[in-house]
Amino acid sequence: MPTILQVSNLIKRFGSLTAVNQVSFEIVEGSCFGLLGPNGAGKTTTIEMMEGIKQPDGGTIRYRGKPLGEQFRNEAGIMFQSTALQDFITVREVMRQFSRFYPHSANIDELADRFALHEFLGQDTRKLSGGQKQRLLLAMAMINQPKILFLDEPTTGLDPQSRRNLWDQVQQVRAQGATILLTTHYMEEAYELCDEIAIMDHGRIIAHDAPDALLAAHFNDVVVQLHATDLPREIGEPEFDAVYRNDSAHIVTGDVNQTVENLLRLDIPLDHLRIRARDLEDLFLELTGRELRT
Amino acid sequence: MNWRRIYALFVARNLEFVRDRSSLAWNLLLPILIIIGFAYAFTGDSPEKFKVGLVASAQLEPSALEFRSTRYIKFIDFDQVDSNLVKVERHQIDLLFDADSRRYWINRSSPNGYIVEKLLIAAFSGAAGKLQKSLVEGDEIRYLDWVMPGVIGMNIMWGALFGIGYVIVRYRKFGVLKRISATPVTAMEFLSAQILSRLCLLLVVNLLIYVGMDFFVDFRMHGSYFNLLLVFILGSVNLICCGLVVAARISSEEVANGLLNLFSWPMMFLSGVWFSLEGAHPLMQKLALLLPLTHITAAARAIMIDGAGLLDISDHLLVLAISSAILLFIGARIFRWE
Repeated sequence: MPTILQVSNLIKRFGSLTAVNQVSFEIVEGSCFGLLGPNGAGKTTTIEMMEGIKQPDGGTIRYRGKPLGEQFRNEAGIMFQSTALQDFITVREVMRQFSRFYPHSANIDELADRFALHEFLGQDTRKLSGGQKQRLLLAMAMINQPKILFLDEPTTGLDPQSRRNLWDQVQQVRAQGATILLTTHYMEEAYELCDEIAIMDHGRIIAHDAPDALLAAHFNDVVVQLHATDLPREIGEPEFDAVYRNDSAHIVTGDVNQTVENLLRLDIPLDHLRIRARDLEDLFLELTGRELRT
Repeated sequence: MNWRRIYALFVARNLEFVRDRSSLAWNLLLPILIIIGFAYAFTGDSPEKFKVGLVASAQLEPSALEFRSTRYIKFIDFDQVDSNLVKVERHQIDLLFDADSRRYWINRSSPNGYIVEKLLIAAFSGAAGKLQKSLVEGDEIRYLDWVMPGVIGMNIMWGALFGIGYVIVRYRKFGVLKRISATPVTAMEFLSAQILSRLCLLLVVNLLIYVGMDFFVDFRMHGSYFNLLLVFILGSVNLICCGLVVAARISSEEVANGLLNLFSWPMMFLSGVWFSLEGAHPLMQKLALLLPLTHITAAARAIMIDGAGLLDISDHLLVLAISSAILLFIGARIFRWE
């Protein structure tokens, strides 16, 4: 498949801070590309430059081989992290307003049906719940039947049902051939939706590949998980290099049989033992560290 | 420029304005309350029932001194006759007396003028020589008639500056502009829609105020309605463009509020809305000419009170048109979505 969006040596500075530093990647048409990273890593700045909202200080962004222009504006659908709409406007009115911005637009009633907004069409947008508003914002991003859809943390703050519903919508959009660029803090979401991910930290891309390929490249071990009460810290840390999180002890091992043998030798109860493969969250924490970001 | 996109923005902004009932009510009620307040303030009982303009370069003769000592007449000293005859025409004074030549002017349709004339003749009954009487024509100009064009201009000013400036800053602060910027809408299309929307709303609101006030207080309108509409359209566009320049970049409502007040309050008091700037310091008069509201008020007043034609007010129209174009250019150039 051809490249739809190409980012080369992108730079953005805010005063002395270089928020995005020589970032380069390409997005294949029809794929879902995930941009991950801790808070302040430069994801939103990167995506906003790709959307044409912010001007880069260096580097180039090309859509279908050309600089961002009218074709991009007409073919891109954008859902920001947070968006306010004009006051005193109903759902139907805001959808109609945005449909008039584009030369070709989707049918409002069909979109409303698809995003379960029909019963709210006459409602003031300020009175929508969080999930309803996210669905409206996604519907607005879809109003021009986009060829490329930017979703900046679309499920932040949603309950699990709303999140799953939004994933279904995104997968439907993708099934219709649209390219998706997604940023998210939820690794499960990235794994579920993305064909390719790039992990950013301190303004740079530190890993970039398909999710499974990244996991295979970084991990050849598994996690043995026990209750912290079964494996006390004074044994777990020196003997197994265990990490304690949420009342659980996590032992990373490349040899499960040997680890289980060692646990049995020390009379550690195995009633709550779980063995799991390493996931994107492990990779994310390993690559970006555990310290809190501002 | 894509008119479909401008129309979409225009409709959305109009709906927002019309549905914000508290703001709409305030826009309609404030000028009506001001006019009613002033109507009462300037029609109350005053101990001085009559007003006489007095021109005298030398010491007054005894008869003139006797006339001047008449109780309940307010005497106003003037330097010359010619420029003040218009005040007799408009019933702003009841009689103008040139003590040097013993000549006086009254308006034949003024009852107060008739009474004051009798008092003047009585005061000079024992004096040698005669008084010379001259008549002038003209209907009464109440303070209400005089202040009305300025009040409408002032209402346009508030509506234009705050209606555009404040709204755009709020849109920017809460990300409404950012969302629109992610569509094919250009800055010029967005600004054009805001100008057209605000212009229509200002004209409709002020038309309602005009009709309502005319019904209640029946003010003077001697000129062409078309000319008056032209003045208010040009004035509205000019003040809207001022609001655009203020709101072109800032995203803090507090800063916007301060800047808009900085623009509007001097205009309130230096544009001749409430009182004439004749006799004010020349520097203040020149400063006033820089303010759009001065030109709106002067042009509207000339049309409504004197029936002035477009040629008579062409200087004001030209200033408003040229400065609007400059302000729009600056506003569009420095405008930022974020």
